[in-house]
Amino acid sequence: MAHPILQAEDVSKTYDGFRAINALNFYLFPGELRTVIGPNGAGKSTFFDLLTGRAQPDTGSIKYADSDAAPAIDLTELNEYEIQRLGIGRKFQTPSVFAEHSVHTNLVLSLKGPRGVFASLFHRLDSTQRDRLDALLKLVRLEDKRHWKAGLLSHGEKQWLEIGMLLASEPRVLLVDEPAAGMTDEETHRTGELLLSLRGKHSIVVVEHDMTFVKQISDGGQVTVLHQGTVLCEGKFDEVQSNPQVRAVYLGRGKH
Amino acid sequence: MSAPASLSAVEPRFFTRTQWAAFLVPTLLLALVLPLLNAFLPADSFLRPSDFTLNLYGKYATYAVLALGVDLLWGYLGILSLGQALFFALGGYAFGMHLLLMIGKDGQYKSDLPDYMVFLGYKALPAHWEPFYSFPFATAAALIVPGLLAFVFGWLAFRSRIKGVYLSILTQALTYAAALLFFRNDFGFGGNNGFTDFKRILGADLSSPDTRRWLYVASVVLLAGVFLLYRWLTRAKFGHLMQAIRDGENRVLFSGYATARYKLFVFVLVAAITGLAGALYVPQVGIINPSEMTPEKSIEAVVWVAVGGRGTLLGPILGAIFVNALKSWATRAAPELWLYILGGLFVGVVLLLPGGLVSLPAKLRAFVARLRRSGDVPVADASKPSA
Ligand SMILES: Nc1ncnc2c1ncn2[C@@H]1O[C@H](COP(=O)(O)OP(=O)(O)OP(=O)(O)O)[C@@H](O)[C@H]1O
Ligand SMILES: [Mg+2]
Repeated sequence: MAHPILQAEDVSKTYDGFRAINALNFYLFPGELRTVIGPNGAGKSTFFDLLTGRAQPDTGSIKYADSDAAPAIDLTELNEYEIQRLGIGRKFQTPSVFAEHSVHTNLVLSLKGPRGVFASLFHRLDSTQRDRLDALLKLVRLEDKRHWKAGLLSHGEKQWLEIGMLLASEPRVLLVDEPAAGMTDEETHRTGELLLSLRGKHSIVVVEHDMTFVKQISDGGQVTVLHQGTVLCEGKFDEVQSNPQVRAVYLGRGKH
Repeated sequence: MSAPASLSAVEPRFFTRTQWAAFLVPTLLLALVLPLLNAFLPADSFLRPSDFTLNLYGKYATYAVLALGVDLLWGYLGILSLGQALFFALGGYAFGMHLLLMIGKDGQYKSDLPDYMVFLGYKALPAHWEPFYSFPFATAAALIVPGLLAFVFGWLAFRSRIKGVYLSILTQALTYAAALLFFRNDFGFGGNNGFTDFKRILGADLSSPDTRRWLYVASVVLLAGVFLLYRWLTRAKFGHLMQAIRDGENRVLFSGYATARYKLFVFVLVAAITGLAGALYVPQVGIINPSEMTPEKSIEAVVWVAVGGRGTLLGPILGAIFVNALKSWATRAAPELWLYILGGLFVGVVLLLPGGLVSLPAKLRAFVARLRRSGDVPVADASKPSA
């Protein structure tokens, strides 16, 4: 089997004595779409915080390997923008777009490219970038609203815009926290299809509560169940669903 | 794939034709027409702006540059600096050192040393004063000294991710500490009297109307140039990132931008330019002392911006002129009331006109439209037939 692109081993993180992440092991393989589920407070978002440099683990290692040949990079040593530049992008649980900017500008600011002060001063869009922006706008179905202030979009549209922003930066790894929250059933389904279409080109981790959605995107792939900061079990959707432990901590309590 | 040419928000035209006109007409009027009228019309002509008026406008122009900097930081980047007057005053001091040396032997003590040094018993000019005999050096120092201080302060503050109120308090502490330092005689910059009694600049007599007219023109040109520079900055992708940092720094950080570096760049640039404005201010008012760097001065500049309209480039200019014109009037009519007027103005604007003076036309238009519409209501609303 290929080398994992993301590898977290024995990771723990404590907040004021509370173990938010507890001896967690997690391996993501290139091109995989992994779904992570778990009850509220299980540590899913905190795990993303550790992966993206927003927080540092107390113990354990988090490594990123661009390819089989490249040496693994220790992510715990890097900050948010350094990790993003490696190709790890994150969508936040609460949609975070630039509310005062147009949809189009939101995407322009996210486009892959140099991030320095002087590059931003003298930045001009070239024609490939314009085409890329048009394609992205189409993909997230916001062509007609390209000039809208992002703050005026519906909750679901903001989610889509943020996914678009993520894709604009052409990351290798996508960390997507609750993309379907606040969406209608139809929008949720379309989001699922979008994520499935990205499988293979990107390595993706999706955190979700909505079981219909999880079932849709797991599509034969692995589902990881997080509970009290650690992995409770891992497997295909059906296996996980029928696991009595999982039922006890999670499924038994309903969808949300 | 040939997409229709779309108007990209990131690269709009710098100015439309109307905007060019709106920029050039007042600029030419102020920088060219007024000085010509002042120079060539007979003294009793009612069209002739007085020497006093030009001098006052020149001072306002340097204040407007200070205000533009406050707004670039506060309105665009989300950093409320309560220490911008410090950079203004530092530029003023750097240039004031040059002006002081240019007095030569014409001071009260007929010495090569500045008067206050003679008074304090200095035997020779301190070595770090020597280069300030040079005009270019002093001008460069007016840019570099504030810039350098901003760099050190900003580097420490932004790297440690100090934000919001904490940062505001720190900037205020910085300017307060500097003022205390400059108030001391043994700090070497003239104590609470500062520098004054300047005689000449570039060989020209500072008391002559000609020299003062040129200083006025230089101030207006500086203001126009800074306005264009900041306009360019805020229109570029860089400017969009500034506003994105203001609205959601995290998203910018997680989009791969080192936001601390962006903040540092703006902070340093603004400090340097503000210093230059301070350098032009000093020969026009004829004095620089530590009261120019007290926290009150910085807070006043924030009030100008709030009154004029934060987050626009026109607002700070209007605000600086309006509030200072009001101050000129109030300090003559009712000096003891000025601080109350200033405070009342600030509270009034925040509560009643959050967009500042620049938002007034739109507000009025909306108000008139509402009046019209409410007149229509009885007709439009079928459930409530008009009596
Ligand atoms: N910065 C922090 N400071 C203190 N406690 C934190 C911090 N971040 C996370 N926690 C705690 O860690 C636990 C896990 O939170 P986390 O947000 O990761 O859960 P989650 O699995 O994403 O839940 P949800 O499904 O509700 O989003 C919570 O109890 C939370 O209070
Ligand atoms: Mg969460």
